[in-house]
Amino acid sequence: MKTIDVGIIGGGPAGYTAAIYSSRANLNTVQFLGVQPGGQITLTNDLENFPGFPDGIGGLELAENFEKQATKFGTVTVYDKIDKVDFSKRPFYLKTTVGEEYLAESVIISTGSSSRMLGVPGETESIGKGVSTCATCDAFFYRDKHVVVVGGGDSALDESLFLTRFVKKLTLIHRRDKFRGSPILQNRVLSNDKIEVVWNSVVEEVLHNESGVYAARIKNVENESSHDLKTDGIFVFIGHIPNTELFTGILNLDDHGYILTDRSGHTNIPGVFAAGDVQDSIYRQAITAAGSGCVAALEAYKFLEHVKSSSEVPLSV
Amino acid sequence: MKPVNVTDSTFEQEVIKSSEPVLVDFWAAWCGPCKMIAPILEEMVPEYAGKLKIAKVDVDSNPVIATKYGIRSIPTLLVFKNGVVVDQIVGAMPKKMLTEKVNPHLN
Repeated sequence: MKTIDVGIIGGGPAGYTAAIYSSRANLNTVQFLGVQPGGQITLTNDLENFPGFPDGIGGLELAENFEKQATKFGTVTVYDKIDKVDFSKRPFYLKTTVGEEYLAESVIISTGSSSRMLGVPGETESIGKGVSTCATCDAFFYRDKHVVVVGGGDSALDESLFLTRFVKKLTLIHRRDKFRGSPILQNRVLSNDKIEVVWNSVVEEVLHNESGVYAARIKNVENESSHDLKTDGIFVFIGHIPNTELFTGILNLDDHGYILTDRSGHTNIPGVFAAGDVQDSIYRQAITAAGSGCVAALEAYKFLEHVKSSSEVPLSV
Repeated sequence: MKPVNVTDSTFEQEVIKSSEPVLVDFWAAWCGPCKMIAPILEEMVPEYAGKLKIAKVDVDSNPVIATKYGIRSIPTLLVFKNGVVVDQIVGAMPKKMLTEKVNPHLN
């Protein structure tokens, strides 16, 4: 059992920023990176809107920079998931999947969110065989092929544009009659010759055989008619669900499973903080996640100082 | 210790004809999640010596093998036993989850 000042659960922009601030404040900091170190930005080809990089920066490169900066100040990073926590008393208990145990004086949760899947027949068994949630990872396999993209928000539009660098043709399926994504992306999508938009429609089944996906069954939600569209792959960008399974029944969550915090990242348990997409259903940007990671670390520092000087746990806010 | 680099031309010899089971990692330099599992596979090489061969195929320079096995997402790890695919793992994961998938296939 190792005793630490701050345990950070999660390896995206929020977690790394919290780690930078926490270790730079001389707190003994261990960061558990989870299954996907770097988080969702590693699935992004280029971040064009992260301040400080006028020419954009690759998601993977940014994540590597975060890690360098955090470890430079003494953060210890662990590439494993936390699969058990006990927040009923301080110090808080954390256990990794390989059975390493930690006692942390404070905890910052930044487990982010995962891609929402369609939940239709044929989908799960086709992951890696034609169903994908990562254009950056998988576009390469669809050079001069046809793909279907499902969604209508910024990610769907952005990833579609990226895919057009590889594919011959792309059919974008959206369940409404207009996109939710930003105007600049909408314009780029609608003026792209390789993209055909099918409005008011959903994918209701993934058709596949031994070698993977061969078609999508598409239903028009207005007239209920269905047809099968021959395709080589289906990319799904229909939003995210917060990674809060581990905290259900322990922390207060909202109706959609996001951790409820005040504006300083406090959860309902004093000493446990949350930052990034796991507590933000609205903005979900790398920069807002990083900002809230900073806030959580500053609050954790304040909490630990207070505990030290008063030996009493401050009241929750 | 590094996994064996396998190419389109050495695949038959190194994987199909291997007497021990082979874990083949299909990867590319531009793939973020691939970078995450690379150190895990390097750790596994000595740990599984004599029980499991660990190999890597760079899909950029070896399109024939990647196409033959229908790789459409990376990282994909295939487990070969006697020249036949017996398991498939898609996406990066921590070491324990990976070894739990692989262990049942050891001789």
